[in-house]
Amino acid sequence: MKITFERRAALSRPVLFAAPVIALSLAMLTSLILFAALGKPAGQALYSLLLEPFVGWYNISEVLLKMGPLMLIAQGLAIGFRANVFNIGAEGQLIIGALCASALPVYFPEGSSPLMLPAMIAMGALGGAAWAGIAAGLRVRFNANEILVTLMLTLIATQVLNYLLLGPWKDPHGFNFPQSVTFPDAALLPILLTGTRVNISLLAALLVSALAYVMMRHRFSGYQLLVGGLAPRAARYAGFTEARAVWVSLLLGGLMAGLAGACEVAGPLGQLQRSVSTGYGYSAIIVAYLGGLNPLGIVVSAFLMAALFIGGDNAMVSADLPVAAVFVFQGLLLVFYLASLTFIRHRVILNWTRRA
Amino acid sequence: MAPLLQLSGVSKRYGGVQANAGIDLRVDAGTIHAILGENGAGKSTLMKLIYGVERPDEGQVFWQGQAVALSSPSDARRLGIGMVFQHFSLFETLSVVQNMALIVPGSKAELATRIRDLGAAFGLSVDPQAMVHSLSVGERQRVEIIRCLLLNPKLLILDEPTSVLPPQSVALLFDTLRALRAKGMAILFISHKLEEIRELCDCATILRQGRVTARLDPRQGTAHDLATLMIGRPMPPPVHPTPHGLGEERLALTALSFANEDPFGVSLKDVSLSVRGGEILGIAGISGNGQQELAALISGEIALKSSASSVTLMSHPVGDLGAAARRKRGLAFVPEDRLGRGAVPDMSLADNALLTAHSRGLVQNGFINRKAERAFTAECITRFDVRTAGPQAEAGSLSGGNLQKFIMGREMMLNPSVLLVAQPTWGVDIGAASEIRQRLVAMRNAGAAIVVISEEIDELFEICDRLQVLHKGHLSPSLDVAATSVEQIGTYMIGAAA
Amino acid sequence: MTILAFILAGTLAAATPLLLAALGELITERAGVLNLGIEGMMALGAAVGFVVTYNTHAPVLGFAAAALAGLALSLVFAMLALGFMANQVAAGLAIGVLGLGLSSLIGKPLESQTLDAPAKLAIPLLADLPVIGALFEQDLVVFLTLALAVVIWAVLNHSKLGLIIRAVGENPSAARALGFRVLRIRLAAVAFGGAMAGMAGAYASTIYTPLWADGMIAGRGWIAVALVVFGTWAAGRIVFGALLFGALSLGGLIAQAAGVALPSQLLASLPYGVTILMLAVISSNRRRMRLNTVASLGQPFAG
Repeated sequence: MKITFERRAALSRPVLFAAPVIALSLAMLTSLILFAALGKPAGQALYSLLLEPFVGWYNISEVLLKMGPLMLIAQGLAIGFRANVFNIGAEGQLIIGALCASALPVYFPEGSSPLMLPAMIAMGALGGAAWAGIAAGLRVRFNANEILVTLMLTLIATQVLNYLLLGPWKDPHGFNFPQSVTFPDAALLPILLTGTRVNISLLAALLVSALAYVMMRHRFSGYQLLVGGLAPRAARYAGFTEARAVWVSLLLGGLMAGLAGACEVAGPLGQLQRSVSTGYGYSAIIVAYLGGLNPLGIVVSAFLMAALFIGGDNAMVSADLPVAAVFVFQGLLLVFYLASLTFIRHRVILNWTRRA
Repeated sequence: MAPLLQLSGVSKRYGGVQANAGIDLRVDAGTIHAILGENGAGKSTLMKLIYGVERPDEGQVFWQGQAVALSSPSDARRLGIGMVFQHFSLFETLSVVQNMALIVPGSKAELATRIRDLGAAFGLSVDPQAMVHSLSVGERQRVEIIRCLLLNPKLLILDEPTSVLPPQSVALLFDTLRALRAKGMAILFISHKLEEIRELCDCATILRQGRVTARLDPRQGTAHDLATLMIGRPMPPPVHPTPHGLGEERLALTALSFANEDPFGVSLKDVSLSVRGGEILGIAGISGNGQQELAALISGEIALKSSASSVTLMSHPVGDLGAAARRKRGLAFVPEDRLGRGAVPDMSLADNALLTAHSRGLVQNGFINRKAERAFTAECITRFDVRTAGPQAEAGSLSGGNLQKFIMGREMMLNPSVLLVAQPTWGVDIGAASEIRQRLVAMRNAGAAIVVISEEIDELFEICDRLQVLHKGHLSPSLDVAATSVEQIGTYMIGAAA
Repeated sequence: MTILAFILAGTLAAATPLLLAALGELITERAGVLNLGIEGMMALGAAVGFVVTYNTHAPVLGFAAAALAGLALSLVFAMLALGFMANQVAAGLAIGVLGLGLSSLIGKPLESQTLDAPAKLAIPLLADLPVIGALFEQDLVVFLTLALAVVIWAVLNHSKLGLIIRAVGENPSAARALGFRVLRIRLAAVAFGGAMAGMAGAYASTIYTPLWADGMIAGRGWIAVALVVFGTWAAGRIVFGALLFGALSLGGLIAQAAGVALPSQLLASLPYGVTILMLAVISSNRRRMRLNTVASLGQPFAG
């Protein structure tokens, strides 16, 4: 039997929507087997990972809390991915954004100005954009591969974070923990849903999603980026410059990641600490792909991934699974999604005639 | 005696397209056998089946009377079949002898000696140590032929071999092929050029829409008869524009030099040309002599920061401007590669209209006006007779000829002052090619300045007012079509003119 | 041993995991496939190699198991990139995440456990030289890796197999027209790269720092990918690059030798910063990049 792929005349819409569902099911099945092989209670693990996040208002609110940064970052990254500009260093941009935002409350721990919070948010977003801008500049000017540069910048950002938390920014009264002072109230985001930790950054993330949708669907600038991603030579032919696509993609990606970083320190953390970097920047890559690089799809996939994070926390307790299990599950999810994606563009031809 | 190669009832489908249907073919040793058909008739598919690149869905292949199943080109080579591809199967970063060593056994020193010997015997001289990227298109063809001959084939397949050769070299190639025939070799010669087939071949099999429509001795019939069999109706008449008044100068290149930083590309030296409204300037020459670079330098895909005045549009220096800025000044461009450059295969025709027609009211305040986009696309489809399901059809689903008509239509609907067209009829069927040529002449008559870059000399002589020849990055002086000849153009194509 | 001798010897050892992974990626990329999952394959190899060596006390088994683990993960990549024609960047990231996750999962029970460092081999006479003698007293894998670099150079430049790999990487359609099975050759190249990355991980976890710590690969897989670019797809230049980065990763020692006190985070950042710098310098020579880049790198090929 010979299996070949044949290009469809047009994208298959049913498959487009089915692909994430199929990927999710296959990832579940595979991890079930994997967890069982590792001697963990697989059923309990899956229950904790996938269902428990939706049990009870507290769990749901925690999902919404984590959904915000994932959505923000993924929207920025997806724009770049569609333009064939691969920013995989959102984690670093998030860290730098968090650092820049934290500078104000760290140096003005008693500050009470109403301008403090907006200034922090702006500094965070700009810091993230500047960090990504390094990669854009190096790509445009020196042709340096942005995948490697953004990643290296992330590794450096982690070191900068460590340096500040172990040295100059360490809370003098913090029992030597690597964390900054706790921020004053003026540096904290207002809570959106009372009784939970969900703050107004979730609204910002939804707004950004709407803007991303308008840009990629209705704006000529979004169209230009799409052309650059699908057919770079056609973009050159039409006069859409590659340099612009690189700058726009990386700056937007960095801006969103930086914003997410600022919202983390000004939100649930309330101080700068190492746990600001929990892999949102990497997970957002998967969120972006699972959402089909589509702004609306990303809203859904961000919710799903956030639930997975909460589920992972639960599973650590209830099924004795290490936190790495979440990453394994994420990796499997992306693997199966990329495989099912092929069927959106291609149909499978099974040729039963024997090979001559 | 059994024929060297025989095909009976061979069929091949690609998805919904029946590329070959029930083909019977018989090729004898010591003959040159033509496979004649227009673009899309199924010639290349048939050759791939004979060379084992693809496997037939149905039918049988016999070699010297024995049924054979060719599952790969190495099987075909083992039997004694060699193939020279139209778009060569050579590797630019390898040397000539390394390219040979990929499929020919023997040490590099042995191979180098045999390459020189064969070259001397058949007029195919080439330096075995040269890197392929440094060779001209004609030299690359020699490398391909020698690589086949090193394996002592009994059957040699050549796919459109003359399309990469200037007229003078065609005669030399034919001498080589006749010498090979005299040694008892069979040759399958694929072409859509009728005169060549009548000159060279002993017999011909004509294909149309994947089927054999005739088997005959090409020396018996006229070119007109062959053409009728090939396209199923008489050949469309040539368009031949009549002379008329010229407008002002629209596009000029003045002593343009371009040092290509791409080591596999061509540098241009001291190129000058000038086109006025109401005329068609043809750029003749074999592709690979700087055609792509010239087109990109005119279109603005390559901008020269330091010499703005080397390119002028309507007397304004534009050499330092990008493609978008030059389009704003009235330039339109139909590139040689349609999929991936002239059009985005994965986007709808409507979205492909937006690619260059965005300035025609399709974008307002940065927002795409979908209604205007659809209307523009629908008009283009109707006016230029694009056969498609509609504006939402993906560009990648159109045939070569239809997509070319769409791109040509899109660019013409921009009412450009200057239209640059590269290889307008590559891979296009004869009917569509004729329509495209008529449109170009109509635009010229309406006063546009047109530059046509083409490998097809006949096409250039049919529609152009003046010709210039591009060879190794040099552009010849302008020649009036009425006062020049194919031979003179050919002399420039090999760089032999004084 | 003087500190200079220590640095010289340490450079070679630090370069070895980078070199193993980069040589594997070189073959993969030369065949036209961009596998960005090296980090994940190294991490998985490191965990599997550590666990197997810890339980069997047989480093050879540890290496073999690590090679198989890296190979298995690379086959997942191959399934996506070659079988399903998926975007190679995304497919590489996917197995990167998967490999890192699996690595933590497998290594978790042995967190902070240690292994005995294997014995070093001294090359007679050379090892007795003053100062540079330390270069010739290394573990076996260092010598084998250097030998492998020579073999890979010879294969790529002076063998028919090398010609075929390069042909497939430059122009897969033409290679197919000549009868080479492009996808099979690419599959083999990906698998080789996977096995090499797995062994690179095992070297890092069982020989270089024979202690299990989660996340121990710490970007080395990415540096290996970058090394292939620095080396502009040539084995010799990749060896040079790996040695440079080996030396850089000993930044702390070097700074100490020079009597400079620098924050450890700055020293830890040094290899990453230099990677960025080198990428910019090498890539800005577009002509050189074009001459050496694998033409079809990262592009899916059907059939």
